[in-house]
Amino acid sequence: MKYITEYRNKDLSHKIANRINNLLKGYKGKISLMEVCGTHTYSIFHSGIMSLLSKEIEHLSGPGCPVCVTPNKYIDTAIAYSHLPDVIITTFGDMIKVPGSTSSLEKEKASGSNVKIIYSPLESLKIAKKNPDKKIVFLGVGFETTAPLVASTILSAKDENIKNFFVLSGHKLIPPAMTALLERKEIKIDGFMCPGHVSAIIGEKPYLSIVKKYGIPSVIIGFEPIDLLEGIEMLIKQITVKKTASLENQYKRVVRKEGNEKALSLINKVFDVKDSPWRGLGLLSKSGLSIKKAYAKFDAETNIVCEIEKTKEHPECLCGEVLCGTKRPYDCTLFAKTCSPENPVGPCMVSSEGTCAAYYKFKK
Amino acid sequence: MKKKNAENKKILLSHGSGGAAMSALVKEMMIDKFDNPTLRRLSDSAVLPPSGNKQLCFTTDSYVINPIFFPGGDIGSLAVNGTVNDLSVMGAKPLYISCSLIIEEGLDMDILDKITTSMEKTSKKANVQIVTGDTKVVERGSADKIFINTAGIGIIQKNTILSTKRIKNGDKIIINGEIGAHGLAVMSKRENFKTNIKSDCASLWGIIETMLSAGGIKFMRDPTRGGVATVLCEIAEQSGFGIQIKEETLPIHDNVSSFSEILGLDPLYIANEGKVIAIVAKDKASSILARMKTNPLGKEASIIGEITKKNKGRVVLETIIGGKRIIDRLTGDQLPRIC
Repeated sequence: MKYITEYRNKDLSHKIANRINNLLKGYKGKISLMEVCGTHTYSIFHSGIMSLLSKEIEHLSGPGCPVCVTPNKYIDTAIAYSHLPDVIITTFGDMIKVPGSTSSLEKEKASGSNVKIIYSPLESLKIAKKNPDKKIVFLGVGFETTAPLVASTILSAKDENIKNFFVLSGHKLIPPAMTALLERKEIKIDGFMCPGHVSAIIGEKPYLSIVKKYGIPSVIIGFEPIDLLEGIEMLIKQITVKKTASLENQYKRVVRKEGNEKALSLINKVFDVKDSPWRGLGLLSKSGLSIKKAYAKFDAETNIVCEIEKTKEHPECLCGEVLCGTKRPYDCTLFAKTCSPENPVGPCMVSSEGTCAAYYKFKK
Repeated sequence: MKKKNAENKKILLSHGSGGAAMSALVKEMMIDKFDNPTLRRLSDSAVLPPSGNKQLCFTTDSYVINPIFFPGGDIGSLAVNGTVNDLSVMGAKPLYISCSLIIEEGLDMDILDKITTSMEKTSKKANVQIVTGDTKVVERGSADKIFINTAGIGIIQKNTILSTKRIKNGDKIIINGEIGAHGLAVMSKRENFKTNIKSDCASLWGIIETMLSAGGIKFMRDPTRGGVATVLCEIAEQSGFGIQIKEETLPIHDNVSSFSEILGLDPLYIANEGKVIAIVAKDKASSILARMKTNPLGKEASIIGEITKKNKGRVVLETIIGGKRIIDRLTGDQLPRIC
């Protein structure tokens, strides 16, 4: 833990915060910084760094929480699978509370569906071996960070000749979402806090064209308070002093320029890039991962057929707008009334990474 | 106690049928172990000796836990300590507890033996007597191995009144040691994670008695499910005052903080089974703390915050870097995050 506590130093935090606030003296107008990573959302609230910074800096949480960007249709599909008597659903914990069109996996579990919470996709293979007469469907949700793990699980299933393991792939890619946000002119973003974990996999390259095309200051940032503050300082410097946009890497101790080649090759081996639907952003070109034909026998969608209910969205839920940064949780009529972490209406209230949940928990 | 050949034997439905098998089981697994004059009478209710004009304190709790054995404890020690602690934090000296078992058919007899032996040891250590009880066996699948309910009776000295109504601006908040171990120990065992984390499961009466003798205690709670955060939120709401705590003063063991970091859990919300949070008068805080540190369960005791006039009804945490955030109650279970 010593290694971590150095990045939580109080004096240094205040020093950097003061430097940032000094940079803003004389600057007119607000500066909106968007992160696109649930762990950034969580760390920013958890460490309370915004309370050290000038009110002129606005923090926007973009579509960085995997659970939150997953559309209703995906949840509805998982629920439909869970109704099949020979299916066991395996999933990361925060998916089970996410409401679909009419139900959630948590509710289905209570009424008899076999849903198991796991901590690593590899556990699904153990469950598959133990239950040869069942089909194990793993809910593959997440970004570039989760995808290599799922790819490696699929490869292990192939090696071990496991025939009853399937993945419902809802994996998404972050850079296309960043582009989509910048294309929407109604959103004011002055700088991107690029996600440390995702960047550790994909490296710096995918951001370079975005920075160049849109002239958006961008910094790859880590997750400790000192990381966040230092990254914000780099962004504010680009915006107020240098006045040119570039990509900088604050998180060099983890993120290499070329990313993690091994993880990237796992993704490329097992997945194809495809167009994918995002909650709030709609269908984005080349923004998701589907399982390659060579591994089609592990693809839940091609192997398990069932009837899926018609997708319905809650008319008042603003999760889509919140994810794009055009609305705040407070703007939603459901926030902290009908919609709470106990009874979430929209996915942003479910995961601790969700913007609404973070606002509810840390600020109210 | 003479141990009969418990190995390889299993709980059968007949062990709960009220007949000879049940009598033998209850005698071997409970009465011989928990032995005391009140229990020995085997009446339908325990008749307890009079205890003057002191106030009685009565509580009950059911224990269902998976796995039933975990590093630092088991369902038996938990069932005794949990109820002992519910009495203790009211300022009541725990005297008697009951022991009701709901056992799943097919449970290995030696598992039951281990659990009741653990209850025997724990109750002796906590200085309480198990004076009454009940045993039911349900069909396989109708319960998960074993469920235990314990009720407890304690006595409160006339001059001990603990209530959130006594809380005042400036009062200090003390905890007796490192938080988050129990929840993580149980979780590591259940999920087969390799950690050195042990449950803090322990009887708190000893240290609480020491604390009470110093005077100045306004209110106490044991932060079990929902953790320290949930208890503090309840105190803030009930007292109408604000609570300010400092992250850097929270005692958290390195193992617990790194493990929860990896899983994306917050130790403030993780269950404890041997911790007490006390709200104490400002001028008594240091003497109470000093006394706590003389007890093995209070070596890491720490003042973690204070009662404030501002932020009424809310808990505000000053983070390690000096930022501020509001602490809310736990909703549902903490679920590890996807990243």
